[in-house]
Amino acid sequence: MKHTLSVLVENKPGVLVRVAGLFSRRGFNIDSLTVGRTENPDVSRMTIVVDGDDRFIEQVTKQLHKLIDVIKISDISAEEYVDRDLVLIKVAAEPSQRVEIMQMAGVFRARVVDLGRKTITLECTGHEGKINAFEESLRPYGIKELVRTGKVAMLRGSKLSGDAELTGRRKDGE
Amino acid sequence: MTVAEAIVRCLEKEGVKVVFGYPGGAILPVYDALYHTSNIKHVLVRHEQGAVHAADGYARVTGKVGVCMATSGPGATNLVTGIANAYMDSIPLVLFTGQVPVSQIGTDSFQEVDITGITLPITKHNYLVKDPDKVPSIVKSAFHIASTGRPGPVLIDLPKDVTLAKIDFKYPTAVKLRGYKPTYRGHPYKIREVAEIIRKSQRPVIYAGGGILSSNAADELVQLAETISAPVTNTFMGLASFPGDHPLFLGMLGLHGTRYANLAITECDLLIALGARFDDRVVLKLGAFAPNATVIHIDIDPAEIGKIVKTHVPLVGDVKHVLKALVPLLEKVDRSEWLERIQQLKEQYPLTYGEGAGLKPQFIIEELCRLTKGRAIVVTDVGQHQMWVAQYYRFHEPRSLVSSGGLGTMGFGLPAAVGASMAESGKQVILVTGDGSIQMTMQELGTLMEQELPLKIFVMNNFSLGMVRQLQKFYHEGRYMATTFRFHPDFPLLAQSYGMKAYTLETREDAVHLLPEILSEPGPVMVNCLIPPEEDVMPMVLAGKGIDEAID
Ligand SMILES: Cc1ncc(C[n+]2csc(CCOP(=O)(O)OP(=O)(O)O)c2C)c(N)n1
Repeated sequence: MKHTLSVLVENKPGVLVRVAGLFSRRGFNIDSLTVGRTENPDVSRMTIVVDGDDRFIEQVTKQLHKLIDVIKISDISAEEYVDRDLVLIKVAAEPSQRVEIMQMAGVFRARVVDLGRKTITLECTGHEGKINAFEESLRPYGIKELVRTGKVAMLRGSKLSGDAELTGRRKDGE
Repeated sequence: MTVAEAIVRCLEKEGVKVVFGYPGGAILPVYDALYHTSNIKHVLVRHEQGAVHAADGYARVTGKVGVCMATSGPGATNLVTGIANAYMDSIPLVLFTGQVPVSQIGTDSFQEVDITGITLPITKHNYLVKDPDKVPSIVKSAFHIASTGRPGPVLIDLPKDVTLAKIDFKYPTAVKLRGYKPTYRGHPYKIREVAEIIRKSQRPVIYAGGGILSSNAADELVQLAETISAPVTNTFMGLASFPGDHPLFLGMLGLHGTRYANLAITECDLLIALGARFDDRVVLKLGAFAPNATVIHIDIDPAEIGKIVKTHVPLVGDVKHVLKALVPLLEKVDRSEWLERIQQLKEQYPLTYGEGAGLKPQFIIEELCRLTKGRAIVVTDVGQHQMWVAQYYRFHEPRSLVSSGGLGTMGFGLPAAVGASMAESGKQVILVTGDGSIQMTMQELGTLMEQELPLKIFVMNNFSLGMVRQLQKFYHEGRYMATTFRFHPDFPLLAQSYGMKAYTLETREDAVHLLPEILSEPGPVMVNCLIPPEEDVMPMVLAGKGIDEAID
């Protein structure tokens, strides 16, 4: 099963290498990993999607905890959360096809961000499944280039995945 | 003051008495600062690998953080094996490396190497310092991280311009690390659950590892074993945490463990794992390891729990803290049936070796044990001789075995023995090494002499890489490729060239006659023990077999 881990880390040089290095040397496969800063400039949030059974996820989580720069890890898959992926797709588009493609984009609430002589570049955000569907529907026209950000995620409602940690509460279950 | 001076002040504040190191351009400012203090002794080794192993040996004996220094580039890379070694065995070290000035980092400048990158997977944590003002708090954090929780090595890389910069020195009193808070006290509910399970068990076995030593829980271990009448087996790393002649002691388990320890594991209905990590050399075949047992696993590192075997009761905490809370909940029980069974196993499958011709290495170890009453500090290298020490030296005091367990680093012995000898333990220090291993770090004889350490070195000389030879015998039909030495230096002559006394033992009678004299020599001695090359380490569990299937 796919798990989405929301990981708060120190915003310091080298932290991404520590996390990525841990995954590779322990033989953990990453589906996607995104990183960006949070409301606190000292803290970054990584959203890591990994695939595996519960025991595997437990090992991943515990090994991540051992990194000194990892502040807090929440496996948010078990809870209600929103997640978004952003994609930029450049598709082949003869002027005659433009309208058709733009209509299609409308269905997915994608936006046109660039127009070339023979291409059109679209931006779409949404849940992973929607992005996949969007990609599929454009495939017949010929996808020239595609880039996805990978998933970012957050718990629904007023629940927070880790604010208290920033004020110094402990991260392990004691 | 300069950052370099501040570092020395930090070391003083941390109570550091000895540092092991080797200078070079990039670390020079720190050496210059050391010049001005008399509170810290610097031990000049002959190779940086020696420095880190020496710091490691020192840490294993004292329980304190070992400190080590090297310059940038090759100085730093020479530390790598030793860092990996300390990491695998959870030994607290703080290592300082010089680095090229910040402005030159990333330009492939002279003697530049990305040592924080290289050591990322083999340190508990590491730092590349760019802000001079942060140095005191980084040093403080490094000592804290190295020595708390599950201990390990921490490296601080110091660009030369950083060490030369001036700062206002203030040593922080506390560390602030929001991502690092080890759990010491076990969960009280879990501890009660453990007590309940122990009460219900008929055939418990305690499987105790190196965590007993790092948490200084040897006394608590004895209390637990005696209270619940449970036999105790040690992992290799756990040896010396339980008295070698205690009636409840089963010796070491696993690949070359005693058969009675291994069979006790097979027959037990409860396995109490304390500060151990179910290493593959212990578990062997997963399904055959303690197949009938409920498993209680107590360890400070949550990641070890459930990593290899399914655990029924996981308990995260410091072993000492947990045992202190657990033992009072237990009442003394008498498990005579189980202990009789253990006694039967001990009698049926004793640890023995053939008394054939020649000088048996096992006999030498037994004699050393007898003559030192099991109270020496024994340092080993890696190979057959290491296993013979584990089997035949009955340790009595915690932290008296110094050996490379997890990494199995040949060459660890001599420098680690230098460090162990600097620990001022008041105990005799003995190095048991092999003719292969000693040649990996032999240059540290110079350090030994310079520091005037009365180390007794026993080279178990079988003219071969015995342990690998043994593997070839069992798994490659005796094709001894590259495991026999066709040349050796004259070890006694070599020792004499360093100004050491030297002996050669060829027969059992030599050993009987000379060992008492050798051990009472006031200075360092090298003893060339000519042992038969065909001697194997037995018992042994062949690859793919279960822990109950050892052969003698
Ligand atoms: C640095 C290193 N290289 C290679 C090995 C593989 N190895 C394990 S034991 C051994 C032989 C050790 O020979 P020696 O020191 O003479 O000890 P003996 O086994 O003969 O007692 C070797 C080569 C190792 N453990 N460490």
